[in-house]
Amino acid sequence: MIRLDHVSKSYEAGKPALEDVTIHIDPGEFVFVVGDSGSGKSTLIRLLLKELEPTKGKIYINGQDLRKVTHKKIPMYRRNVGVVFQNFRLLPDRNVYENVAFAMKVVECSNREIKKKVPTILSLVGLAAKYKSKPSQLSGGEQQRVAIARALVNEPKIILADEPTGNLDSDNTWEIMRLLDEINQRGTTVVVVTHNMEIVRAMNKRVITIKKGVVVSDVGGEDYED
Amino acid sequence: MKISTHIYNIGQGLKNIWRNKMFSLASIATMTACIFLFGIFYSLGTNFQSMVKTAEEGVAVTVFFDEGISQARIDEIGKEIKKRVEVKSYNFVSADQAWEDYKAEYFGGNEELAAGFAEDNPLANSANYEIYLNDVSMQPTLVSFLQGLDGVRQVNQSEVAAKTLTDINKAITIVSMAIVIILLAVSVFLISNTVMVGISVRREEIAIMKLIGAKDAFVRAPFVVEGICIGLIGSVIPLVLLFLIYEKVIEYASSEFNFLSNMVSFIPVETIFRTLVPISLVLGIGIGWFGSRLTLHKHLRV
Repeated sequence: MIRLDHVSKSYEAGKPALEDVTIHIDPGEFVFVVGDSGSGKSTLIRLLLKELEPTKGKIYINGQDLRKVTHKKIPMYRRNVGVVFQNFRLLPDRNVYENVAFAMKVVECSNREIKKKVPTILSLVGLAAKYKSKPSQLSGGEQQRVAIARALVNEPKIILADEPTGNLDSDNTWEIMRLLDEINQRGTTVVVVTHNMEIVRAMNKRVITIKKGVVVSDVGGEDYED
Repeated sequence: MKISTHIYNIGQGLKNIWRNKMFSLASIATMTACIFLFGIFYSLGTNFQSMVKTAEEGVAVTVFFDEGISQARIDEIGKEIKKRVEVKSYNFVSADQAWEDYKAEYFGGNEELAAGFAEDNPLANSANYEIYLNDVSMQPTLVSFLQGLDGVRQVNQSEVAAKTLTDINKAITIVSMAIVIILLAVSVFLISNTVMVGISVRREEIAIMKLIGAKDAFVRAPFVVEGICIGLIGSVIPLVLLFLIYEKVIEYASSEFNFLSNMVSFIPVETIFRTLVPISLVLGIGIGWFGSRLTLHKHLRV
């Protein structure tokens, strides 16, 4: 499903952000990627989204070598990878329904499909009643649920979440983690980048630890030690 | 792209204009100002050129013949003149006609003074061709051709008038071209700057679209629709203003400066607008389209 073979990424100057990273994530797995700020976690997500190119090594997603995904083919590739950000990145001038529908419009779904699917997905994330609200009228947790609905609506095989609870209070953090777990139970591979050790310990999932761009441990939840 | 996607993108483009009211207004105002100035200079330049052209049309070359030349040879010379590209029109003035014209001009009201010449036309040798040119700058070429013709005694020309008019024409062309080029460069600069500001404000929106799998064409379409609409509005407003102002200025000039109407004639608004409308629309829409496409380009490399 996700395979990184000896991947390194260096920016223009200084030490590499990632160095010789080899990771293999199976379909349907739930994986945490943890590490301090500047450890290279976000670089990993950006590489998986093909926002960045690795300096060395190969990345395969769903069996597809990302080096062979040209600029023109990137949109088709990204449609199979849902993404959730720490700062939600919703379109501020559109309401909840429009933000989710927008992701379907982008992939040229018909209006009929959109009308059928958006309410279903909003129910799944518990926001059916707030479909008319603008992002500014929602709490952080609700905004993140809209972002998850948007990431899910096109039924991607993988969800990448970059610090999804970074801007949320404790209650909302647990709500979002429960939602991501539920999505994973339905068969979607979920990769969560975080530095919130409390949720990592509580969720009992596989944990990959990155320090200064290097993978220092990759263990199952029960073996993880902070 | 599906038709429904096109409709969606057009809708989004129109909504964007409303959502970014201030930016849209700034772009429309910039475009309006540039095209308005362009229209003013175009109208002034065209009118000046037309006035010079009218003056040129009055400049004639006159060809006199050798004494005792046959009418057959005069006709042959006429045919040769007709073939020349420089010639717009020409007409034959016989000796009798020349005398009649002279009498009318100089003895008007005192015909009895001319009666003494009744049987002896003092202009017997003054039969001539009066030639009007397509372009007064061609006068020297035509004159040297005419002077080389067999049977031609004298060629009268107005060298100073021809040179002055040619120089004025050239100066107007150069000055209006320079002003139009400067105005166009300024418009493109101002408009692309305004568009760039509008797009950088929405860089985040573009990045989100790209990250959730939007193709470049999908991201670009609403911006292009927006650019075209702004261009269209920004060119229609100055055209309407120019139409109203132009008519009023002509009306005012004709009534207040009556003496002008004998000397110059203004080009009708319809004639000016036959060229100005398509140029302004193409400019407005083209700059809007090109500006939005060009500025978006770098933001699409996400």
